[in-house]
Amino acid sequence: MNQLSIERLPELANGDAWLTHRGRFIDVSLMLEVGEEQYLIRIRDGGVESVERGPFVMPRWTFALRASSEDWKTFWSATPPPGYHDLIAMLKFKRLRLEGDPYPFMTHLRYFKDLLGRLREGGAP
Amino acid sequence: MSVPIRARVEPVVGRYLNLDLGGRPHRLYVEEAGEGIPLLCLHTAGSDSRQYRAVMNDAGITDKFRVIAFDMPWHGKSSPPAGWHTYEYTLTSQGYIDMILTVCDALSLDRPVVMGCSIGGRIVLNLALDYPERFRALIGLQSGAHAEPYYDLQWLHRPDVHGGEICAAMISGLIGPSAPQIDRWETQWHYAQGGPGVFRGDLYFYTVDGDVRDRLSAIDTRRCPLYLLTGEYDYSCTPDDTRAIAQSVEGARVTIMKGMGHFPMSEDPEAFLSYLRPVLSEID
Repeated sequence: MNQLSIERLPELANGDAWLTHRGRFIDVSLMLEVGEEQYLIRIRDGGVESVERGPFVMPRWTFALRASSEDWKTFWSATPPPGYHDLIAMLKFKRLRLEGDPYPFMTHLRYFKDLLGRLREGGAP
Repeated sequence: MSVPIRARVEPVVGRYLNLDLGGRPHRLYVEEAGEGIPLLCLHTAGSDSRQYRAVMNDAGITDKFRVIAFDMPWHGKSSPPAGWHTYEYTLTSQGYIDMILTVCDALSLDRPVVMGCSIGGRIVLNLALDYPERFRALIGLQSGAHAEPYYDLQWLHRPDVHGGEICAAMISGLIGPSAPQIDRWETQWHYAQGGPGVFRGDLYFYTVDGDVRDRLSAIDTRRCPLYLLTGEYDYSCTPDDTRAIAQSVEGARVTIMKGMGHFPMSEDPEAFLSYLRPVLSEID
């Protein structure tokens, strides 16, 4: 995973009709923070509409997922070790922070696990 | 000429057991296969006895063991008691222990082996503490003496969130990376089928009522052997949580199962059986 992959998220996700179908009620701006780098991911009707790379002045977002670049790198590696292999595992061990409104994330948990799993080397399980 | 039908009937038989639990009539679904030493299997929170499908279908095990698994009340094909619609379900330590002892008595099981996973892996510690003479051996899968909640459990039961969707998605990462796809998704389907509030009600025992950390050192494995098998990738009950039990319980035997998660018997049945067979071979 690198910054280019995150910016490729629309093409990695939008071709999967089952993923976008499962996300068809989602209308959010997700702030993804990889260390100091910020990415504002706009999702509408289950598709990734745009990915903007920060820095931003007064960004508006629905919820944010924040972790260090090292932890994301491990999470997105082909065979992450225990505790780095899942978003909820990352939350439990306080490597990942979920901020803002958790409602769309929790109601569409599988969607967001799958979406961010697209950035994993070799794909998500 | 018609194409022959390819079909296979499993040696697993299911029946319904009517009995009183906590002074109230219940109808429980009980499956079994095999003959010999009774091996009673306890499913995880929010799931059901289908998790043990591979153990029930392993001829090497069923030649020596009568493998039995029941769906707890509210789970699988067991019904909740009358009046379920008037209160919130919660599993307590005492209710869980009474349920297991009553089922053992109702089925006339003579010193069975009990194998439980997660909440079942916790309750076998209670059985080891208080009823060692009633069991031939105890096997805890994903056993920890306590678990801190790491998310707000209310998400699992609220009318504006689909319970099946969130329960399955919440546990998906507890499945280890080596799980075959078919078993990974079978395991999640069981969670997707849980009734409203049932997973959360079980977790009351797991996270609040069932803390046995202070009592562990009283377990005497000379009275009843205790085996603990835990998957490497489980972040709900971690390998360290299981090792912590063994530090307090002399004679507890720990195996860490590589690449596996929180549902070994269901998420990766073949790999799990390779760890279980050596344990069962020690029991007679």
